[in-house]
Amino acid sequence: MLPVIEPRPGIDELAPTINASVAVSWLEAFLQDELIERRAIEHAVVGLSGGVDSAVTAYLCARALGPHNVYAIRMPYRTSSPDSLTHAQLVIDALGLKSRTVDISDAVDGYLQFEPEADGRRRGNVMARMRMLVLFDQSTKLHALPVGTGNKTERLLGYFTWHADDSPPVNPLGDLFKTQVWELARYLGVPQPIVQKAPSADLEANQTDEGDLGITYARADAILSQMLLGYNDAQLAERGFGDDEIELVRSRVESTHWKRHLPTTAMLSNTAINEFYLRPVDY
Amino acid sequence: MSADRQTGASRRCDVAILQVKPRKGDYQRNLAGVREVFGQLAADPPDLIVLPEAALSGYFLEGAVYDLARSASAFAADLADAWNKTGATNAVDIASGFYENDSGTYYNSAIYLEVSARGHKIVHVHRKMFLPTYGVFDEERFLSRGRKLGVFKTRFGPMALLICEDVWHSIMPTIAAIKGARCLVVPSAAPGRGVEAHDNDELESLTVWRSLLSNAASEHGVFLFYAGLTGFEGGKGMTGSSCIIDPRGKIVVQAPPLGPCILRAKIDLGEIDVARAGLPLLGDLSAALPDLLLDDELPLPRRTLDVARH
Repeated sequence: MLPVIEPRPGIDELAPTINASVAVSWLEAFLQDELIERRAIEHAVVGLSGGVDSAVTAYLCARALGPHNVYAIRMPYRTSSPDSLTHAQLVIDALGLKSRTVDISDAVDGYLQFEPEADGRRRGNVMARMRMLVLFDQSTKLHALPVGTGNKTERLLGYFTWHADDSPPVNPLGDLFKTQVWELARYLGVPQPIVQKAPSADLEANQTDEGDLGITYARADAILSQMLLGYNDAQLAERGFGDDEIELVRSRVESTHWKRHLPTTAMLSNTAINEFYLRPVDY
Repeated sequence: MSADRQTGASRRCDVAILQVKPRKGDYQRNLAGVREVFGQLAADPPDLIVLPEAALSGYFLEGAVYDLARSASAFAADLADAWNKTGATNAVDIASGFYENDSGTYYNSAIYLEVSARGHKIVHVHRKMFLPTYGVFDEERFLSRGRKLGVFKTRFGPMALLICEDVWHSIMPTIAAIKGARCLVVPSAAPGRGVEAHDNDELESLTVWRSLLSNAASEHGVFLFYAGLTGFEGGKGMTGSSCIIDPRGKIVVQAPPLGPCILRAKIDLGEIDVARAGLPLLGDLSAALPDLLLDDELPLPRRTLDVARH
């Protein structure tokens, strides 16, 4: 009897991996090109949340621009977890970044006092948009560019506040799944407490991303990476994923396409911007 | 410079590939940059200079291609003028990619020029035949495709120009070689992607490219001069990696993915004959190709009516 050798892909093999050294080199070059060469801006502003995405972004900016050219802004709200501030400080200390802490509580509450019935979702959106207001204003003050921290998983699942987390003009992590960002974090030497903790938007007490989403990042990334290649639900099921998790992921992706686009503009002419009048972003 | 006794073509060729990083849309600034590099080369002039696809404009232009496209004659004059301003008296051949405006029809083209102090001559213009229009690419929305793969005579023997995706279709190097090309000049702009593989410490798209180019060279016994654009365009990083590949498929010299540079090598075109003698695949193909192409089952136009239908 001869042994039969055949491919047997399991879910683990389907999850996205990353060659961290290749990715880091590429992203460093991307940041240098986008900031220094294209825009002649030497400095970056990064909103440090204490989470892994912003930590990795800060590490990449520090490598690309030099740590002395990276401004880390911590923006706590009065209900934010103290761990968030502590973990952000670990990154600031490890890299030797310039830093500033801007408490957004008064600014957020200044508006929300007129909207006392606002639920957690609305309050979270106000906080996220306030943070972006701070980042853009600080970038003007510091002659710096805000650098985004959103990853591909949250972009695909629509797990972000539109015109807030997604608004910085450059984003090094936007084509990397969350599990790949964790790999980068380990490669870059991001402090362990940040890499190991449960990811959280920290907009509400005891909130976790995976609790909000109803699926782990590992499962979501495995499904997303295959789904984006074009496999349909039946093919995904054949690969070992459950119907419920496939439906969960696909419904989130398909209900949030609008969040990955600019606002819809009524087209009335043959010169409609981005429909007929087409120019690349770097032109 | 030794000459081939049979063809009269030079046997040796000193090739310089300019891996450039144009500033998007700033044609004059990019031309000035090339002029400066030509000045560096003029101290020890090469025989052939090769530049990438869309070398003086950047690749992803969308509708701005209509602002930046040049006629072949105007583009040739710009390159020739840039070389002659160096004061070099040697004749030089120059190949480069550019967006071409042919009386209001636009192409992604590559030009081959002979330049000397007496003037310049356009030897050939190739219009890209395979316009990628999928995913990140949108060429056929803005450009027309070329309809012919030409092989042209140079002082270094017959050559063909293939632009980027042209060389991904293995039939293109095959047809070029069958038509007599001994060197393939490949201007390219290849946005890099693929960070999952751990086999090679590079982007996956680079591994695929190298395999394609090496196979094209070794199957047909041709030298291949690949000029890759470098630098980021709106987040899309061009992978440079310009290279010269010998007729056995081995890399003679290769540039890194990122950063402008000059790649330089003196090659012996006699290697082509030696390689073909050792692995006569091209001769075999010449014999078998008519049978393959005359196969009735191939979906090729055969009568006037069929031509119209296709």
